[in-house]
Amino acid sequence: MVAAAARQIRDGEIVFAGMRLPLLGFAVAKATHAPRAIGLFENGLIRELPPRGFVVTMGDGPNQRDATCATTLIDVLGMLQRGRVDVGFLGGAEVDAFGNLNTTRVGKTRLPGSGGGSDIAALSRRCVYVMEHERRRFVERVGYVTSRPRGVVTLITTLGVFTLADGPPRVVSLHHGVTRAQVERETGFALDFAQAEETPAPSEAELRAIAEADPSGFWTR
Amino acid sequence: MREAVERLVRSGDRVSAACGLEARIPFAAGHEIVRQAKHGLTLVGPISDMLYDQLVGAGCVRRIEAAWVGNVGAGLGHNFRRALEAEPPLVEMVDYTNLSYATGLRAAAEGVPFGVTRGLFGTDIARQSDAFREIADPFGGEPVFAVRAIPVDVAIVVAQRADENGNAHVWGNLGTTLESARAAERVLLIVEELVAAETLRAHPNRVLIPGLLVDAVVVEPGAAHPSPVEGYEERDHAAFEAYHRATRSREGWDAWRAEWIDGVADRASYLRKLGR
Repeated sequence: MVAAAARQIRDGEIVFAGMRLPLLGFAVAKATHAPRAIGLFENGLIRELPPRGFVVTMGDGPNQRDATCATTLIDVLGMLQRGRVDVGFLGGAEVDAFGNLNTTRVGKTRLPGSGGGSDIAALSRRCVYVMEHERRRFVERVGYVTSRPRGVVTLITTLGVFTLADGPPRVVSLHHGVTRAQVERETGFALDFAQAEETPAPSEAELRAIAEADPSGFWTR
Repeated sequence: MREAVERLVRSGDRVSAACGLEARIPFAAGHEIVRQAKHGLTLVGPISDMLYDQLVGAGCVRRIEAAWVGNVGAGLGHNFRRALEAEPPLVEMVDYTNLSYATGLRAAAEGVPFGVTRGLFGTDIARQSDAFREIADPFGGEPVFAVRAIPVDVAIVVAQRADENGNAHVWGNLGTTLESARAAERVLLIVEELVAAETLRAHPNRVLIPGLLVDAVVVEPGAAHPSPVEGYEERDHAAFEAYHRATRSREGWDAWRAEWIDGVADRASYLRKLGR
């Protein structure tokens, strides 16, 4: 899932990386096929080098050290609002067929909220979401619209790669060994499987980059 | 610290205590607020990490205006979740996004009634509060969202170093540190190190908080633990994980608070307890 997510970042692009798993996806892309990608972080950091060492939050030492620029939240989010960001990288608790994300409230459960997620979805040219694929998370309509994407969404899950917010939701690829029935069981909205391929397996370089960025398996165990 | 919190933080205040965005969070001041049983606070912030969860658990908080409240490493903040899931909720919540929060805070910092953003369209965040209003562009462009200014009574800010007048050098990611200090009526500045005024003046571009904004300077190394202070303190990931596990239940939170807040007199004793 992490390798497939990292591949969505093209070399040289300006990437806005949200909290948690997206931080890892950016680190892996930088270390493999996208060495010239530039990362913006909502705490005020801009990075061109992959972080050296394990990062849990964007404020951690290894994400600060060798940063290209350390500035304010409104400075980097202003660059996003100005239209400079190619791709926004997000996670969420619930996603729907329209690409809306919910990170605020699911049923009675109160979640932490938007952070910069809503801004990143609204203001990036396109978005990549990374999520665990479970039926309770993949719903026809989210219970609360925290984030509404402006552009096309590529959704990377534990089962496959999908396109949302660009006509009816469709399957780009299924990960090795994953069946259509399995995906349908875990998805609360209809999917078009006509063009579905198999997700290329992670390369050795990608696996090495993931192991280096997450040595204890904190994010990927 | 005790005296500064007594003097500058009043029950009922609107408080900004998480402006560093995951870095430089003033845990020492927050724990002092709990020990002094300040109450009825409104906490404002962008992504605000687990200090706000602790203030909620301790019953200091009436209302939160923020983009995110939880534990950045571990996810949910259990006290926050419990308070919001209670019937009726124990804390009033106004959800922001990071950019809309910073937009409102900057308006307050600059003394204007609102700021504008292109975000929020089509979201439930825009609908849940009258702090946001869609308006026409008076110059004929696309509509935008107006975000009401977010006033702050007291900002508690951690910086690396300052002189005794509160002129402060801050580095690493800044989050909403600058806007918080500028929006606030009162600023409590906490530094790792007190340095001579000449050291500050040698790098005036790095003086991001001028002393004219600052009401008290507290020199308290380790005040931000377990959050990081670039150049002084690495993030203590294990402490965030341990807090997450310990506070799953209300009883677990009570025990954590008894041990780490009420059970220590001040930050120096807290650091000794950590084995430093």
